Amino acid sequence: MANNFSIKHQPGFTAIAATCFAVLYLPIIVLVIYAFNAASSTSEWGGFSLRWFQSAYQNTQVIDATLRSFQIGSIAAVLSTIFATMAALATTRTASYPGLTFKYAAINQPLMVPEIVTGVALLIFFSRIKIFTGYSGLGYLIAAHTAFCIPFAYLPIRARLENMDLTLERAAADLYATAWKTFRRITLPLLWPGILAGLMLAFVISLDDVVITEFVKSGGQDTLPTYMLGQIRRGITPEINAISTAFLLLSVAIVTLFFFVSRKRD
Amino acid sequence: MATAEEVAKAAERRDVRDRWLLSAPALLVIFLAATGPLLIVLVYSFLTPGAYGDVKWQFSSDAWTSVLLERDIFDDTLSLAAAHVTIFLRSIKLAVVTTIATLALGFPTAYFMATRSEKTRDLWLFLITIPFWTNLLIRTFAVLQIIRNEGIINTILLKLGIISAPIQILYTDTAILIGMAYVYLPLMVLPIYASMEKLDFRLVEAGYDLYATRFRVLWRIIFPLVKPGVIAGSILVFIPALGAYVTPSVLGGGKNMMLSNLIELQFGQGRNWPLGSALSITVMIIVMVALLAYVRNAGKSGVRHG
Repeated sequence: MANNFSIKHQPGFTAIAATCFAVLYLPIIVLVIYAFNAASSTSEWGGFSLRWFQSAYQNTQVIDATLRSFQIGSIAAVLSTIFATMAALATTRTASYPGLTFKYAAINQPLMVPEIVTGVALLIFFSRIKIFTGYSGLGYLIAAHTAFCIPFAYLPIRARLENMDLTLERAAADLYATAWKTFRRITLPLLWPGILAGLMLAFVISLDDVVITEFVKSGGQDTLPTYMLGQIRRGITPEINAISTAFLLLSVAIVTLFFFVSRKRD
Repeated sequence: MATAEEVAKAAERRDVRDRWLLSAPALLVIFLAATGPLLIVLVYSFLTPGAYGDVKWQFSSDAWTSVLLERDIFDDTLSLAAAHVTIFLRSIKLAVVTTIATLALGFPTAYFMATRSEKTRDLWLFLITIPFWTNLLIRTFAVLQIIRNEGIINTILLKLGIISAPIQILYTDTAILIGMAYVYLPLMVLPIYASMEKLDFRLVEAGYDLYATRFRVLWRIIFPLVKPGVIAGSILVFIPALGAYVTPSVLGGGKNMMLSNLIELQFGQGRNWPLGSALSITVMIIVMVALLAYVRNAGKSGVRHG
């Protein structure tokens, strides 16, 4: 091939791409910088300070909402990953069988419906159940989060399974290993990176959810995002910048980890 | 004694049964906490609103009438329906413009990324993925800080003397548009990039060899080949933009409602759950139509997208 660069070059594209990346990161960077602002208002710079981080840390509502987010996120992530792993085992490496297409559609269903619609649907459904059972704990939020996390956990697990070599499992079966033993000693260890990636993805997705949580939560069940939404609607304080910055760091850390774990694929 | 064929058949049946058992928990959870409740929404859209929210179990098609048509039976029903039409049109307009804006920015970006060397490509991909996984609310809040009257844009313009009073962007349709284009941009870039990465540049070279201009190569060779990615990206942006809740409620204020805010209103202050349900189903129908159009289109070009 001749001069590669000139072939691939399109006038103006690089400039637009540069703008794109600048635009993507500029607001986030400004947000983070203003989290360290000593001034009480977000419109002027009053010097470097950690006071808003401290104030967020001492805010019991923030701490409660964070702990609730982690509680819901970890339970929902574990449950959805277990269910997604089972479902992935049931839907991969097989000839088509009656119901397979139905299963794909069902598992991906939460991705197809706009969040607002799912939120409203769960509001109606759960408010009925609340009347019948009188239970108004975190169970509803956990169930809802588990449901919409399943397709996200399912994706990397299924991808990993489909790329997996069958020979080792066949060899195990040839050596008279039981199905369970083959699964535990061969399949599971090979599948583990996929499961871990699915778990992290599910956790981030649960942690990020605003809309469905907003509709499903009962009084006093704010998660970190719904608490922040309420605060932003009421007016901005630099404390929200501090909370956002901490939250952002956490997401970036998990996603970076996810990148490395799922890289192990081949 | 069973024949070998019968044994094989029995094993196959057992296998299918095991596979159903294995997928049962996932299917059950999704049915209980996602799919099933949608059916209840459908039922609710045909009931009568209760006085304090919820419903009376009495059939009524009023909710559906007020979604689609203007009816002048009572005093203010007429104006309400007109407001719905405005909100529908605004939502569709904003979703379409957001899609176009992200495409205009995202296509060159994806092209730029795909034409980097293999090593740096991963870095660009990572850079695009980070905002994608950052909480949408946080990103919306970041935009709010930039575009509000005391924000960085107005401050700079004021200091430079270009404007004498801050431009009011926040709480307008433009603010919603900027916010949505910002938060959904990675959703456009990623699928286009995926198609672009597989592009065979020998075809581009052939185009140039045959004296095609840059624009002609772009339009007649590159664009048709990455079209599945463009369609996938457009769908991925259009659907959440149409049902967007967080961005319009943070950047649009109370007045500039989109469909999701209207739906929320019916379940809150409006206390008209059937109407809220009917509106939800309507949104879902629009989304399904868009998805169907996508599936047919993707099927035609013979490219599968996950």
